[in-house]
Amino acid sequence: MTDANTPSSNEPTRRDFLSLTAGAVGVAGVACAAVPLVGSLAPAADVLALANTEVDISKIAVGQSTTVMWRGKPVFIRHRSAEEIESAKADDAAEMRDPQTDAARAARPEWLVLVGQCTHLGCVPSGQKMSDNKGDYNGWFCPCHGSHYDASGRIRKGPAPLNLAVPPYKFVSDTKILIGQAA
Amino acid sequence: MSDSSAAPTQYTGLKGWIEYRLPVFSFMDHELNHYPTPKNLNYWWNFGSLAGITLVVMILTGILLAMNYSGDTKLAFQSVERIMRDVNGGWLIRYIHMNGASMFFMVVYIHIFRGLYYGSYKPPRELLWMLGCVILLLMMATAFMGYVLPWGQMSFWGATVITNLFSALPLIGEDLVIWLWGGFSVDNPTLTRFFALHFLMPFMIVGVVVLHIVALHKHGSNNPLGIDIKSKKDSIPFHPYYTIKDLYGLGLFALVWAGFVFFSPNYLGHPDNYIMADPMVTPAHIVPEWYFLPFYAILRAVTFDIPLGLFTIDAKLGGVLAMFGAVGVLFVLPWLDRHPVRSASFRPIYRWAFWFFVLVCLGLGQTGALQPDEPFYFILLGMRIEFFGIHSVVFAQLFTVWYFFHFVALLPLLSKIERAKGLPKSISEPVLRPAGA
Repeated sequence: MTDANTPSSNEPTRRDFLSLTAGAVGVAGVACAAVPLVGSLAPAADVLALANTEVDISKIAVGQSTTVMWRGKPVFIRHRSAEEIESAKADDAAEMRDPQTDAARAARPEWLVLVGQCTHLGCVPSGQKMSDNKGDYNGWFCPCHGSHYDASGRIRKGPAPLNLAVPPYKFVSDTKILIGQAA
Repeated sequence: MSDSSAAPTQYTGLKGWIEYRLPVFSFMDHELNHYPTPKNLNYWWNFGSLAGITLVVMILTGILLAMNYSGDTKLAFQSVERIMRDVNGGWLIRYIHMNGASMFFMVVYIHIFRGLYYGSYKPPRELLWMLGCVILLLMMATAFMGYVLPWGQMSFWGATVITNLFSALPLIGEDLVIWLWGGFSVDNPTLTRFFALHFLMPFMIVGVVVLHIVALHKHGSNNPLGIDIKSKKDSIPFHPYYTIKDLYGLGLFALVWAGFVFFSPNYLGHPDNYIMADPMVTPAHIVPEWYFLPFYAILRAVTFDIPLGLFTIDAKLGGVLAMFGAVGVLFVLPWLDRHPVRSASFRPIYRWAFWFFVLVCLGLGQTGALQPDEPFYFILLGMRIEFFGIHSVVFAQLFTVWYFFHFVALLPLLSKIERAKGLPKSISEPVLRPAGA
């Protein structure tokens, strides 16, 4: 481009300045316009509104589990027996990929609440039914890529990087928990 | 510019009137009719046009399917079954489309291996090659999203596993996945957006295919000898010589496609996908479609953490990086293989390396189909061949190492040390005076 004001110099001109600032404002404007468009892909209000689930746990006998739906994914609620709690606590010192004590994972030791999704790639591990394969550590076993979780839902063997997640939950009463809100 | 178009001697009447204003006739004549093509192309050069035709068939059948499909989790599965049972010819259209995905990958993979063997990615065709890699990536995304639409068990769990791959990214991974899903799991918002994108992306592929062809026509096709066209004697017009050859190939290809559609339409699929998606039950054995198996094997091959000084790449992220790297390395291939000779016909060592690489890719496909802790085996001529009960994941790891070794070490090394055989002086020479004469 030749500029009539400065015929032969490489110095920045007023026109360069105007082009650059106009371009910068244009880029900023496009970026601002993109925010709501990109944001529209994030969870919508109705999806977020269904983000909490209340569960009656009075019917779950010792040693039994139930699976409830929370945010479109399964949540395992296990009423653990004394032996299970004991074995989970005894394993606290074992070598683990994602070290965590059992106490940190279960506010009330007899109730274990877990997101039933393998932390590897999101399959639902087996182990909820009495007859299920519970893996090598008497907890859960993911059939997809062979991850083994213990009686506290901690990863012990296989490709998963993390323990089964503990969702935020609180006891509304002794027989009801609310999944989705931290205590 | 204005001079040549002002004298439309070739076109008269309505054609001439249009040509003067919109030069479509000269364009088509130039690109499809007279377009000079090497006269020695073999049948491996049919697969580009086959891929293009498959794309057109997929778009056509896809639009017809979309007219009867409902992109809602409550309706999707039923709407596909309705297409199969109630819509006139719906079963045919769906089976063409469903098997068409496999056919598309089959011809594109052959097309890619053709390019690898004959060095079609070498100068001046690097951008042509890279545009092809973009097409491959778009195809993979399109096929993946299309597979989710019937909302069967494999659709749902395939989508769950693949979208979860992005959670491996450090810091942003978890939030990114929620954003991709539009919720806290694969659910209705996910299905709806996948439908929209599955409709859009084929047209993006068309766009890149146009660029691919523009780049192709700039320097013309490579050929089995890998040497340039040097005189008029070396080339023939595209029409009728290659139009007829491409049509003949299309006839054979359509027979294979129709064979699947009419005789074994579900051979390449999984029975589990005829069970409606259930977020509470994972199928015992999640397997992707055959065309993703080699990449799936590479994903699963990384079962260990990779320490890198200050930080560690965990096994999950490592697998994801390796899988994307397997496609990514294709993009830079023109700079990894810098051997001046294009065709493997004149590169005795590379020719072996190529065929070994083909076997490795097939091996990756087989390990991708097996469970990681299952002994590796394959079936050859009805015989089950095992390897001392060694687990398939070990083979997946060996094959993965070789896959990358081939590209990042072997090809650069061969570029330096391999002595090529003498090239013919022109494309015409070996035709007039065959090798050994």
